[in-house]
Amino acid sequence: MSAFRAILAKDLRVELRTLESLPAMALFALTSYVLFRFGLDRETLSGPLAAGVLLATVLFASLLAVNRIFLAELEQGGFDAIRLAPVDGTSLFLAKAAALIAYLVVLEAIALPTFSLLFAVEFSGLLPAAGVLLMVDVGIAATGALVSAIATNSRARDLLVPLLLLPLLVPVMIGAAGAIEPLLGEGGPSFEGAGRWLAVLGVYDVIFIVIGYAVYDFLLED
Amino acid sequence: MNPFSLRNFSIITALVLTGGFALAFFYAPLDQEGFIQKIFYLHVPLAIVALLGFLVAAVHAIRHLRSGDPIHDARSYVSIHLSIILGVAVLVTGGIWAKAQWGKWWVWDEPTLVSFLIVFLLYCTYYPLRYAIEDRERQARYASVFAVTAGAFVPLNFAAVRMADPFIHPRTFSSAGGLPGEMLVTFLVCLVGMAMLWTALVRYELASKLTSARISRLRRALEDEPASSRPSRIAPLGDAGPARS
Repeated sequence: MSAFRAILAKDLRVELRTLESLPAMALFALTSYVLFRFGLDRETLSGPLAAGVLLATVLFASLLAVNRIFLAELEQGGFDAIRLAPVDGTSLFLAKAAALIAYLVVLEAIALPTFSLLFAVEFSGLLPAAGVLLMVDVGIAATGALVSAIATNSRARDLLVPLLLLPLLVPVMIGAAGAIEPLLGEGGPSFEGAGRWLAVLGVYDVIFIVIGYAVYDFLLED
Repeated sequence: MNPFSLRNFSIITALVLTGGFALAFFYAPLDQEGFIQKIFYLHVPLAIVALLGFLVAAVHAIRHLRSGDPIHDARSYVSIHLSIILGVAVLVTGGIWAKAQWGKWWVWDEPTLVSFLIVFLLYCTYYPLRYAIEDRERQARYASVFAVTAGAFVPLNFAAVRMADPFIHPRTFSSAGGLPGEMLVTFLVCLVGMAMLWTALVRYELASKLTSARISRLRRALEDEPASSRPSRIAPLGDAGPARS
């Protein structure tokens, strides 16, 4: 547990001091909104389109963080240090996933209000949507920490992360889109059928946390 | 005669598959879909066997991670390889069926098609992943981690996609109970034949891979060693059984 706290604190401190990932993610999200505005030629969004734009933006912005989450370990010998220290893979996995969740929460704290401003989406629907996004974050973080560890030790790191991560996250997108779409409907938020979509997200989160927990040690061996 | 030797197994596989397709054309009755429905006896077994192959690969991968024996990694690799090849055939035959049935080559509100495509795309990244890692041992370990993760993803993905859309695809397992007896028997023969075909192909590729690995090891041993020590070096290698890939 102390290893988990130490790695997480290290990652958050590094991010706070260097601000390498978060500003880029926020900027990316804003740029995506502008692109969607002109790509879709719509000034207001609701229902499935709103859910799609919001989720696609969060998903692609999260790729930036997933790509970089092991960069310090790779460039400055952190992997060797972790292998030398009495730290098991599980703590590393949980710490990296927790750091990713923290990044994504900050990203959404910026991306949700701007989404509401730019596309005239009501806040009453975005508040419960933020809850759904929290479950999305857990799924992205668990899968992302796993994929990033695999890709970091290969030659084609930047190439492999999106290739591996995007298909793996399809169930998350399906579940989240199903849950968020009625929340952003034109006639105000509706909670119809949200339960089963949240169940999809919950099952996904649990399964990928368990997988990461089980296989992470094998990714650390040298 | 050992029915499980590769040669005999291949002959039996060819017989069962030919028999299955003969049943499909001459024995199974036509239903209201007409002749195009016959592709069912090819498409559905292909899909089921390809997906089961991915799960078999995951089981081999788990065994590889637990034991560290590279033979399990080779099995996992070959299983995924052949399932991807069958997967291409599944997408093509599915497209033909969809064109005849719904007038379009691809139908997005068709959960089984879409989830198969997602699984297929995910497994296609197995190759870039594997060959982007240079160290052989790490390559095998990471490939196994991928195979385990993707294996767990297969059922999850099908459940999620299935929930996303109303169902219009003919459901095999639930509709199998409602199939007329002749069709069910034909389908099961085709399914068994396809599973045997997959197994036979896996065994062929595995045999080829292990043999070429062994040849290159023997060749290396021949080149490295001075002439006097050759016999003593080669003999134990030759008896070492299946070579490590």
